[in-house]
Amino acid sequence: MRRLKNSFVRGMLAFSFALVLWQAVVWFSGVPHFILPGPGRVATSLWDNAALLWEHARFTALNLLTGLAAGVALGVVTALNLALSPAARLLLRPMLIFAQAVPIFALAPILTLWLGYGAASKIVVVMLVVYFPVTSAFFDGLIRLPAPLADLAQIMGASPLRRLLLLQVPHALPALASGLRLAVITAPFAVIIGEWVGSSRGLGHLMLMANGRGKTDLMFAALVVLAAQSLVLFAALERLAKGRAKAPRTGD
Amino acid sequence: MTALHLHGDLWIGGAPLIRNLALDMLAGQWSCLLGPSGVGKSTIARLIAGLPGPYRLDGVLTSLDAAPLLGRVAMMAQDAQLLPWADLVRNVTIGARLRGARPDTVRARTLLAAVGLAGLEARRPAELSGGQCQRVALARILIEDCPVVVLDEPFSALDTVTRLAMQDLAARVLTGRTVIVITHDPLEAIRLSDRAWLLGADGAERLELPAAATPRDYRAVDTLAAQAALLTRLFEPQHAQCGG
Repeated sequence: MRRLKNSFVRGMLAFSFALVLWQAVVWFSGVPHFILPGPGRVATSLWDNAALLWEHARFTALNLLTGLAAGVALGVVTALNLALSPAARLLLRPMLIFAQAVPIFALAPILTLWLGYGAASKIVVVMLVVYFPVTSAFFDGLIRLPAPLADLAQIMGASPLRRLLLLQVPHALPALASGLRLAVITAPFAVIIGEWVGSSRGLGHLMLMANGRGKTDLMFAALVVLAAQSLVLFAALERLAKGRAKAPRTGD
Repeated sequence: MTALHLHGDLWIGGAPLIRNLALDMLAGQWSCLLGPSGVGKSTIARLIAGLPGPYRLDGVLTSLDAAPLLGRVAMMAQDAQLLPWADLVRNVTIGARLRGARPDTVRARTLLAAVGLAGLEARRPAELSGGQCQRVALARILIEDCPVVVLDEPFSALDTVTRLAMQDLAARVLTGRTVIVITHDPLEAIRLSDRAWLLGADGAERLELPAAATPRDYRAVDTLAAQAALLTRLFEPQHAQCGG
C-alpha cells in the first residue's frame, strides 16, 4: 500500500486504468476501428508516423510558444501602462472590456484572410487569446495594492514609477501567474483553431487530413501529441510559479 | 526639534468629527491621544502623517520651526506595512529605494540588531511573530531618521507581555524625537506619555500623569492608580449608554 503514495505510481495506475477502460469500450461495443481505434492501434500509429508527427508538432509548438510569448509580453506592458497612466486607463480600459466580449476564436477566419495560411495568422490568434487574460489579471493585481503599502509609498515620498516597480509589481505577481495559467489553457485551443481555419502544416492540419482520409488512428495520435504539448506547457508554468513563491523556511 | 500644534475642528465628509481641538505637542517628547474607537484617533494620525482621507481640518496644523511637515514624518501602524515578498533588510531599506537613493544595508543590519532581530535578517515577514514584525517596522522608522514619529495603535494586536516589551523598546530607541502615540489602551498612554489627551467629540482634554519618568513602571502604585482612574472615566459613559 505504501507504494500507492508515490505520485508517479499513482499516475501510472490511473493511466493504465484509462487505457483498459478505453480498450474495453472498443471490444464490447464492437465499434469499427475507423470510428474508434483502440489504444494499441493509436500507439502503433504514433510509432509508424513518428517523423510526420514530429514535423507537424514542431510547427504547431513553435507558433504556440511564439504567440504565447508575444501575448504575455504585450499584456504585461499594457497592464504596466494602464497602472501608471490615468489617461491610458480612460482611453484603453473600455476598449479592453469590449474586446473581451468578442470571441477571439471567431476572428480566426478574418486573421487568416489578412495574414495568409502561414505561421503569422496562428501566432496572432494565440497572441490575442493570451493578451486579454494576462492584461486584465495583471492590471487587477497592480491596482489592488493593499492600503497599508499605499500609505507606505506616500509617507516615503515614492515616485509613481518606483511605487509601481517596487511595490505594485511584486504584489501583482501572483495575479499575473493566474492570468498566465488561463493563457496557457486557452493557447493550445487557439493554435488548433487557427490551423483548422486554414493551414498547410501543423497538428491541426494533420488531424483534418487524417480525418478526410479515414485515418482515425492518426487523428488520435495527433491528439495525443497535442495533449502532451499542453501538459508540458502547464508543468513548465507551475514550476516557474513555484520557483517564484519561495517556500517559507520553518523557523522558531 | 519639532513641536506640533494642532488647533481647530476636524470634519469627516460633511459631519464634524472633533470640535475645538487644541493640541500642543512638545518637541522631543511623547504626546499621547487616547480615546474610544470611532472617535477619530486614526484620522488625526493620517492628518499629521500627510496621508489622504475623507477628512478636512478647519484650523491649523503647524510645527514650531514653521517648515512643512512633509517628508519629516515617519509612521508605524497596527499593520506593520511590511513587504511580504522581501527579506527584513530589504523591508527596512524600502524607503531609500522608493526615493531612488542607495539603500544602506549595513545600517539596516545594525538597526535590526538594535531592535533585537540579529540573525533573522534573511527571513520574510511571514516567518515572524506579530511582535517581531513591529520590531522590523521600528527599525524602518529608525533608518528614516525623521524628527516626527506617529505611532497609530502600533502594539494593539500584540499580547499583553509582548506589548509591554515593545513599549519599553520603542521608548528607548525613539528618545529625542517628537512622538505622537495614538492608542485606546490606558496603560500604554500612562506608561509612555509626557503629555496625554483624552479625545471626545467636543475636543481633547489634558490628562493628569504620574510624575515618574517614561516608560513608567507598570507595577508602580502611581501608574496603576492613574490607569484605574482613566479606566473608570472611559468605562462609565459607555456603561451609562448601554444601560439605556
